[in-house]
Parts: sequence; C-alpha cells; structure tokens
Amino acid sequence: MGEAVKTVTNTPFEEQEYFINMGPQHPSTHGVLRLVLTLEGETIRKVEPHLGYIHRSIEKMCEKDGYKQIVHLTDRMDYLSAHINNEAVCLAVEQGMEVEIPERVKVIRTIIAELTRLASHQLWWGVMGMDLGAITTFLYGFRDREMINDIFEETCGARLTMNYNVPGGLMFDIHPNFVQRTKDFIAHFKKKLPEYDELLSGNIIFRKRTEGVGVLSKEDAISFGVTGPAGRASGFSCDLRKHAPYSAYDKVQFKEVLGTEGDSYARYKVRIQEMWESMAVIEQLIDNIPEGDFQAKTKAVIKLPKGEFYQKVETARGELGVYIISEGDKSPYRMKFRSPGFSNLSALDHMARGAKIADVVTIMSTLDLVIPDIDR
Amino acid sequence: MNIYDFTGLTRSIHEGLSSSMSPLAVTVTEFVIIAFAFMIFFTILGLVLVYAERKICAFFQLRLGPMRVGKWGLAQTAADAVKLIFKEPMITKNADKFLFNLAPFIVIISTFMALGALPFAKGLHALDFDIGILYISAVSSIGVIGILIAGWSSDNKYSLIGAMRSGAQVVSYELSVGLSLLTIVVLAESLQFSEIIASQEAGWWIFRGHIPALIAFCVFMIAGTAETNRGPFDLAEAESELTAGFHTEYSGLKFAFFFLAEFVNMFIIAAIGATVFLGGWMPFHIGHWAGFNQIMDFIPPIVWFFGKTGFLIFLMMWFKWTFPRLRIDQLLTLEWKYLLPINLINILIMAFVVLMGWHF
Repeated sequence: MGEAVKTVTNTPFEEQEYFINMGPQHPSTHGVLRLVLTLEGETIRKVEPHLGYIHRSIEKMCEKDGYKQIVHLTDRMDYLSAHINNEAVCLAVEQGMEVEIPERVKVIRTIIAELTRLASHQLWWGVMGMDLGAITTFLYGFRDREMINDIFEETCGARLTMNYNVPGGLMFDIHPNFVQRTKDFIAHFKKKLPEYDELLSGNIIFRKRTEGVGVLSKEDAISFGVTGPAGRASGFSCDLRKHAPYSAYDKVQFKEVLGTEGDSYARYKVRIQEMWESMAVIEQLIDNIPEGDFQAKTKAVIKLPKGEFYQKVETARGELGVYIISEGDKSPYRMKFRSPGFSNLSALDHMARGAKIADVVTIMSTLDLVIPDIDR
Repeated sequence: MNIYDFTGLTRSIHEGLSSSMSPLAVTVTEFVIIAFAFMIFFTILGLVLVYAERKICAFFQLRLGPMRVGKWGLAQTAADAVKLIFKEPMITKNADKFLFNLAPFIVIISTFMALGALPFAKGLHALDFDIGILYISAVSSIGVIGILIAGWSSDNKYSLIGAMRSGAQVVSYELSVGLSLLTIVVLAESLQFSEIIASQEAGWWIFRGHIPALIAFCVFMIAGTAETNRGPFDLAEAESELTAGFHTEYSGLKFAFFFLAEFVNMFIIAAIGATVFLGGWMPFHIGHWAGFNQIMDFIPPIVWFFGKTGFLIFLMMWFKWTFPRLRIDQLLTLEWKYLLPINLINILIMAFVVLMGWHF
C-alpha cells in the first residue's frame, strides 16, 4: 500500500491544547456523566466520556432476583421510558414462559408505551431549549408532560417509575377514567404541539445553532449502533415498532419518521414528528381496547426453561435489548441489557470534533442521553 | 411644567448650604449627598429589577414567580439580599486573592460612574458633561476589565473561558453601540445629554429621524443587550455550557455585586436608549400641536423617563426569556459581518439626510 502508516504518539495533548471536565456535576449533562473535553481555544479536539458515576450493577442484581422482581429494577435504568423498559423484560420473560398474553394487555401496554414516549419527548424538547439557553421551553414541555403523569398516577399510582407491568400482563386494570383522560390529553396536545414549533423550530438563532451541527452520516450511525430518533435522523431505518413489531404495534398504522441530513436539526425534527405519530397510534387504539383479563394466569414463582431469550423494543431513545440466559432456575444465570444511550453516547466524540463547546451541549441534547441508562 | 422642574429644589439646597459653609465644604457636602443618593438608588434599583425580572420571566413561563415572602412576594428580593450578605465569602485555594477581591469592585464602580451621568428629569442630573455620551460609553466598558480579572483570578477554566468570551463580546459590541448612538448625535448636533433631550422637544428622534433612526434603534437594542451580557448573548455566563461563567467561584456579597451590576447595567443601557432615541424625560410631543403637547406635559418628566426605560427593560427581558443563546462564532459574525456594516452605511445615510434637511 502506498499509504503511509500514521504514527500514534502517546502524548495526549498537542501544544495550545487544554482540557476541561464537563461533569460529573454540570448543568447540561443531566446526570452524572463526565466528559473530558480536549480544547483548543473554544474548538473541540476530542471528547472522552467517563462512565461509572451512577453504576448500580443492575445486571448483577438481576442474577439473584426472581423474574417478577427484575421488572422493577429496570425502570431505574432509563427512567423516562420506565414503562417501555418494564415491557421489554416482561416480553423476554413471557417468551420463556410461553404463555398466551390477552389482547387487552397488549393494547394497554402499547397505549401506555406511546404515552411514555410522548412524555419523554416533551421533557426532551423542554430540556433541549434550556440547553440552548431558551429556558422558557422547559416549562412549556413540563406543562404538557404533567397531564400524562396525572394519567399514569390515576391508573397505577406512580408518575415516573410506574412498575405497571408484570410478566404475564399488568399489575391491575386501567382506571375507569383512563380512556377519557387520554382522549382529553390528545385533544389538548394537538393544539399545543404547533406551539412548540412556533417557540423554537422557526427561531433563527435555534436554526443556526442546530443546522449542520453534529452531523452523523448513515454509515456512521450504523457502525456506531446509533438507534432511535438519533439514528433515524441520519436515514438509518431502525424503528423496531416497524421492523420487529411487538405488543399491538402490528395492528396500528403509523409512519416511521426518517431524516436525511443527520444534523442536530434533523434529530430535533424527527422527535417532533414522532410525537405526532405517537398520538396517531394512541388514537387508533384508545377506542378499541378489547375486553378481557388484564393478566394471564402465571405461577407465583416463575421459572424459565434452560435456554436463551432475547427481546428488543423501541424506547424513546432507541433500541433496548434484553438478553436472558436461563439455567432453569427462578432467577437468570446472566442478564444483559443493550441500552440505547450507551451506543448513542459512543458517537459523541465523532460528532463533536471540530465543533465549539456550545455545540457539545447541543449534540448531547439531541442525542437525548439519560445517564442511568448508560451506566445501569 | 415648572412644578415638575427639579432645578429650583437643587438650587435651594445649594444656596442653603452656601449660606452657612465655606465653598469647599459645600462641594464636599454636595458630593456626599449625591453619592449617598446614588447608593440608595442603586440598591433600590437592584431590588426592583430583580423582582421585576423574576415576575416577568415567571409570566412568560406559565408560573407565578415569588409569592411567599410578603404580598405577591414583594419582599423576596430583600430577603435574598440579606441571605447573600450573610453568606460565607469563599475563595478558591489557588486564586489570586487580591485580584479576586478587586474584580467585583471594578465592575460595580464602572456601573456607578455610568449611572451618575444619566438625566432622570429636568434638573435631576448629577453630571451634565458636554461629552456625556462619550463619557458614558467609555465608563460602561470599564466593567469588562472587572469581568476579565474575575475570570482570570478565580483559577477555574470555566471562569476563564467565560471571561474571554465576555472580553471578545463587549469589545466588539461596543462599536455598534457607539456608532448607533452617533447616528442620533448627527441629528441632535450635540454629545451633551441635556441638549439631546432639548432637541427632541418637537418629537422624539425615533419618529423624526426616518428609517435610519429606526435602524439605529434596533442595532442599539441588539448591541446594548449584548454589551450587558444578557439575553440571547449571555455567553459569558452560559449556564448550560460554562456552569456560571466568570462568576462561578464567587459567593455571598461579591457574587451579589456582579449580579446587581448586571441588572443596573441593563437599566443604564435602557436609560441611554430612552434618552437618545425616545426623548428621555421629554414628554411625547408632536410638532406644533400646542394643545396636545400641553396635555402631555401634565405627566411628570420623571414618570416619562422611568416609563420609557421600563419599557426598554421589558423588551430586553422579553429577548432573554424567549431566544436561545448564540454561539461564540455566531455572535462575532453577527457583529462584524452584519451590525457593523449596516451601522456604517446607516450613519452615512443619516448624515446625508441631515445635510439635505429631510428630517422632520
């Protein structure tokens, strides 16, 4: 080969370079993520994420807990899609149990998963504005998210970490008000979502701050394993609700939102568009919740047969994989979560090089990182 | 109009003092009285502006703002001030202690110096230089030295980046502020505040100066907001990037000084804008409509001044709570590639307008 071999020296810094620690305590890492930024003036030369500040060894704890208990650990991972995490574990366990899940459960799970996605995207939208300096958006996002939290609270008693799923079905049936309140929320939010566009999407400063910032090509998105809205903004068709439908997603019509540019603005647009799609999914299901049991009959102690079970679902952040290796006991031999945040974070360095300090905040914000999801 | 004139009051104080003291003692006493008055004004202004910002921002954000301390939370800022006074002043281990302690004072002194030259009402004007505008834009930019020192001495990279940003920003936007004020100086043919106000007796310059005056006003509001490190231009603090920028390591009273200076600087910029473009304490007059002008004169000048200033402050708060923050390179692009050329051409047009006598 005519190409000269690049020599990699062991000196971490060039002349004129310095580093700063962004985090573990920093307003815009939204958790205890530590980024070591190597800078030249204000220009980013390198971003090194350091993890482990909120590691709770959830995977290890799973190995000594029963399958019903494991579900409740998982909403502490990505707490903004708590219900979807629970659902993933339940689906994996149900695969091993080989039980027939009532249709009612599937539909309710799907509705609540989409409400969770909406709540997560609303919070993301508010926080994204705040990261860029427009603090007002934060409270607008929270205003609408509050309604979803109230719906959850009425149905299952919790607002954030809901623990609504159990292997085999749901903890209890939906509240009688659930259908009406969800409809009210959809009607309310259909009026409020265009307000989001008015406040932020059309703003010239916002557009300049996001367009062309943190570009991720489709090839890079695939090789870094970036999934979810961040991956789809680069044109990587990775929506598991379409490609590997679970629960009631095979019964509903919705579009997989794809972007092309792969910059921060594309990621922003994809999420805004996804909120419309989530509302469409809920609207199709909310009037047709089938009658039936809210739980399949299961034994008090679940034992999975010897073997391996894998279930992947689409959380608000991307692909969450649950991998269970069972030796036939009442707890798994090994449990592994493939969390979307971890893979998405790995692309940060690639996207942020050559950008400014402010752009790192933008890129992190559009990746929508939840730190406990990365560390587990 | 004469009942609202402060000239009589100030003259009687001066004469009363002169009758019992030597000229030197009179001067010293008057200095002390004025300094004392400004200190009280500064404090009240800080408290009122902080309260106003919290309330206004709350209403933009679907909240109520402070409600618990006093009626509608009116005593909230006073309570916060007391808390800040009693807080422990912390200094980082390797900080340059002398400069670290000096920085807030430089910032606040520059604010005081600028405040002193503002005309509040007819006759209520501590310093009326013949180069008033030049003086005020000179002293208000001393503050950036304090910010640079604060960032440099606090031994924190975030502070340093914030300070450097602030330096680049204030030095750039100083040009636009100066040039947009110069546009009106061409019209008013004076640098003295009292004469600029007097020249607007027949109508404010923003209405009489055609489109160039409007452009100058817009440029002034943008550049003025940038110069106070506020609103979409708060890069020096940039909470989501630099934690708190140049004042990250400050606490207690020294932090309060930076905080107060920011708000009072906002008042100063708004007051300059109100004086130069909107006629200061001059009531709203239309040409030769004597009857209308007389009705307007019933409203005291001090109300006009604070009303106009308050309106501009509200505009600046509106910017801050609506717009996202600019990036440092976009900030400099905006100034050097857009505002400055627009401004220079605008001045030429204005000079031409004045030369041909086209203004009203």
